[in-house]
Amino acid sequence: MTTASPGLWMLAWRRLRADRIAMLALAVVTAFLLLLALSASGVVAADWEREVGVNYAPPTFMGAAAASAAVQTASVALPPNPFDPLAADIAALGRSGTVVAPAAKRTTLPFGADKWGHDIVKKTVKGAQTSIVVGLGAAVLAVVLGTLFGAFAGFYGGAVDDLFNWFYSVFTSIPAILMILTVAAVLQQKGIVTIVLILGLTGWTGPFRLIRAEYIKHKGREYVLAAHAIGASNWRKMFAHIFPNVSHVALVQLSILVVGFIKAEVILSFLGFGVPVGTVSWGSMLGEAQNELILGKWWQLAAAASAMALLVTAFSLLTDALRDALDPKLK
Amino acid sequence: MSAYFLRRLWQMVPTMAGVVLLVFLLFHWVGGDPAYILAGKMSDAQAIANIRAQLGLDQPYPLQLWKFVRQIVTFDFGNSWATGEPVAHIITSRLGPSLTVLLPLTILETGIGIALALALAFVRGSRLDRAVMVACTVGMSVSILVYIIAFQYGLAYKLGWFPVQGWGDSLGQNLLHYAPLPILIGLCVSIAPTLRLYRSFVLDEAGQDYVQTARAKGLSERRIVWVHVLRNAAIPIITHVSANLPALLIGAFLLERFFGIPGIGREVILAVERSDFPVIKAITVYVAAATMLFNLLADVLYQAVDPRVQLA
Repeated sequence: MTTASPGLWMLAWRRLRADRIAMLALAVVTAFLLLLALSASGVVAADWEREVGVNYAPPTFMGAAAASAAVQTASVALPPNPFDPLAADIAALGRSGTVVAPAAKRTTLPFGADKWGHDIVKKTVKGAQTSIVVGLGAAVLAVVLGTLFGAFAGFYGGAVDDLFNWFYSVFTSIPAILMILTVAAVLQQKGIVTIVLILGLTGWTGPFRLIRAEYIKHKGREYVLAAHAIGASNWRKMFAHIFPNVSHVALVQLSILVVGFIKAEVILSFLGFGVPVGTVSWGSMLGEAQNELILGKWWQLAAAASAMALLVTAFSLLTDALRDALDPKLK
Repeated sequence: MSAYFLRRLWQMVPTMAGVVLLVFLLFHWVGGDPAYILAGKMSDAQAIANIRAQLGLDQPYPLQLWKFVRQIVTFDFGNSWATGEPVAHIITSRLGPSLTVLLPLTILETGIGIALALALAFVRGSRLDRAVMVACTVGMSVSILVYIIAFQYGLAYKLGWFPVQGWGDSLGQNLLHYAPLPILIGLCVSIAPTLRLYRSFVLDEAGQDYVQTARAKGLSERRIVWVHVLRNAAIPIITHVSANLPALLIGAFLLERFFGIPGIGREVILAVERSDFPVIKAITVYVAAATMLFNLLADVLYQAVDPRVQLA
């Protein structure tokens, strides 16, 4: 990227460096991405599904008083049941030594536990992985589609442009969230790939409009005419010559869409149209937290909400700074 | 003017045809066979064939498409698969509750947004201006779910200031008793993005030559902002509000769901949960049509408030 037009990117980076808030936001976003990499590779939070605490174990900083209140009365061992059809099998299993006594469950955890005793910190990290992967994946898909469509429409013009514009007006006349819900209703299957596809296939309109305008602006410039004169193919003109000069628009759009899609994924998963059962995301955590709050167990809500708010705030501030840095005429 | 109107309406035809085609393709080609959904788990070939014949799914695609177009034009989508209620009745009866929440919300949001944006214009570039903008970014980063859950729990369940949820039969009771908390939450969620947008509209105007002229001839800053800048910044604001009204109808679905308001948004969620295709199809097509009409309305309003704009 830097070889194509080092001036723009170097200048932008210098402007970004001068902005203290932007650098802080960049650090936070990098930290989240690092966490994502560690979590995806199984270094951290791989064992989030282990039930390490008692049900709804409170956060450690709330003290022992809260902890003792939360501990349920230990269940009394059941008397042997002479009609238990599995009794002999279980006894055999016990003798063979494969049944290990369940590890002692902790009464408090650093940031509490959920209904099943999962560590909230690990769960939030795992949820972050899902939400960020969905947000990034869908945003990349939407920007790639928008860029391709925009490049063709802007570069060729005429009937091609009309066709893509028709596409664009059809997609924009249906409100985004209605479009997403409609596609979710039709697809009838849950999964990370499905939700990435839903968000990506409905979200390409924003990048399309801007990239198309850039291509219309650039296709008549001297450097494109020069490329034409030395016999470059249309494909080469579009993506080797023009694209590096408009890629900053795509980057800003990507950044805007990531924020929007992370929020959308949370809402979809909350409603139960998003990630499948057994996968944790910030949205599914908020879904559980809604009922827990009535019982006074606020920590899962607080963890998921603040992790998401932190990332999205940082990402939004970074987006704003990026736009200012890449387009100094604005502001 | 009427020529412009007619041409714009004419231009909507291909777009509307595209929407109809898109919805048709989604439901008849991308999606699975709805007969399997309707027949449920205990189904045999005979039952499925019956349902397919009943829904007309055994007919060729062009014929089905024609049937769909006829449904749209005659406002007759048959009955809901889930409840048997006529789809037309579902839509008309859910519109009222949605508007009871959305109209006050839109009016308050626009009024407060304009007032705050103009107030910020006095201190543009200052530390306060920057702080408000960062606060807006932070406010927008908290999921709307968190606002709803926290406010419903805190203000309604714990403090008892508002009903936790519900909806009545009389407009007065709904407006004064059930709607205030959803409206308050809607305001909290929407004021940050609104303020950011309106502030950019106001600042666009604040740099114009006529502002310099007004200042040069000795007008007070207050008069410049509240009279000169406001009248010009109102142009993009009016078009923004009117063009976004149909999307709002769906956008409030979370509020409607949490507070048990029987509106359009909640109906969409229910329909998606129950695979109630006729309801989703009808709402999608009509909301798309409304979006196009309101966009046209926005352009007409644009001309009404700004005589310089020529609609040609």
